[in-house]
Amino acid sequence: MVAIIDYGVGNLFSLQSSFAAIGEQAVVSGDKAVIESADKIILPGVGAFEDAARKLHESGLDAVICALAAQGKPLMGICLGMQLLFEKSYEFGEFEGLGLIHGNVKPIADVIPADLKIPHIGWNALKFEKPSPIFSNIQEGDYVYFVHSFYAADCEENMIACTNYGARLTAAVQRENVFGCQFHPEKSGEVGLKILKAFCEI
Amino acid sequence: MITKRIIPCLDVKDGRVVKGVNFKGLSDVNSPVELAQYYSSSGADELVFYDITASSEGRKLFTDILCESARKVFIPLTVGGGINTLDDFERVLGCGADKVSVNSGAIKNPQLIEDAAKRYGSQCVVLSADVKRVDNEFRVFAKGGREDTGIEAIGWIKRGVDSGAGEIVLNSIDTDGVKQGFDLEMLQAVCDVVSVPVIASGGAGKIEDFITLFKRLPKVDAGLAASVFHFGEIDIRDLKKTMLEQGIPARIC
Repeated sequence: MVAIIDYGVGNLFSLQSSFAAIGEQAVVSGDKAVIESADKIILPGVGAFEDAARKLHESGLDAVICALAAQGKPLMGICLGMQLLFEKSYEFGEFEGLGLIHGNVKPIADVIPADLKIPHIGWNALKFEKPSPIFSNIQEGDYVYFVHSFYAADCEENMIACTNYGARLTAAVQRENVFGCQFHPEKSGEVGLKILKAFCEI
Repeated sequence: MITKRIIPCLDVKDGRVVKGVNFKGLSDVNSPVELAQYYSSSGADELVFYDITASSEGRKLFTDILCESARKVFIPLTVGGGINTLDDFERVLGCGADKVSVNSGAIKNPQLIEDAAKRYGSQCVVLSADVKRVDNEFRVFAKGGREDTGIEAIGWIKRGVDSGAGEIVLNSIDTDGVKQGFDLEMLQAVCDVVSVPVIASGGAGKIEDFITLFKRLPKVDAGLAASVFHFGEIDIRDLKKTMLEQGIPARIC
């Protein structure tokens, strides 16, 4: 069973539906006991880093997530959920993340040419940087759907895929059992479903 | 590099997809859920569901159809039509919509754009404008293109982006349903004043129209159409293949 962590950030209908579509049971929950009983954990998120980090902390779920990650349970952060895995974010200030992956979250505007639009929104191709079990069913060059204005920087050692948007942007990361996707696998068609399926099969 | 998006639009009334020429003479086309699945598997990059129902029963039916589609289709979904309040945003986002497009609702209450962008983020708020040439200016029309609001369109769209709209759908009433190509002049005028993605709508009749659009106006991010896709006049796979051959970045799936 997959637990999709509900901490009051964003809508989880599509994410839950995508697991149903690949034949995996997924529950949306903010309950510690339910999350602890799951085989796999998904940390979703849309919106602002500060708000999301605060809600995770206030609910006490930050400690739950870190404890489960330390036990070796597979965890995947998606979009803002991926950014929360890092040590720090510089999105409108300076905020602490979960620190499960080394690196910092910084504005895309710092690295892309000025004539490119922000947010980076749309379908872009994956370039693999390191082998990862979540890519076992897909190929380099496959397209996934991105919507973001900030990106994970200083995370070369854990970067498993990047994408090109006028600069090389982190698309996915992995540190042992902790995974992160900047793109939305639940909105990336068949390719996205294959990534979620591979995660479920770890 | 990021690809140019191809977006079929499904106008939904009483649970069925319809499409009119110049917004008049609507004709029933197909089941929205089946059509959404078909488009997703043939390479559509995104789908727009446009609710043209007026009744509350119709609205409930639309919401049910949206939920059913979002359970089966895993590409971005934009919903428009009848979006007047933040409650309307909540209603469709809860059914799996990723973006919500405002049109007449924002004309009645421009504050809606800012309020929605603050609550859900700019990436969630699409400003859709039906625009027609009147007295040598671009004019915003309301109520599905039937009512001249008297508002100058380019300034309206710019103000919308300043208020927080994260994307623009520009539908030219002048070229809609005519199938002689997109309204390049009107699109250029919008691209010149906004820095958010612009989606071209109205006028696609053949594959070449999309090629011309993306080659002549590199700042346009996506092309939207309805009947040419519904009636099979353009197959999205063929369109994507031609785009790639012409050096336009496109996603093949």
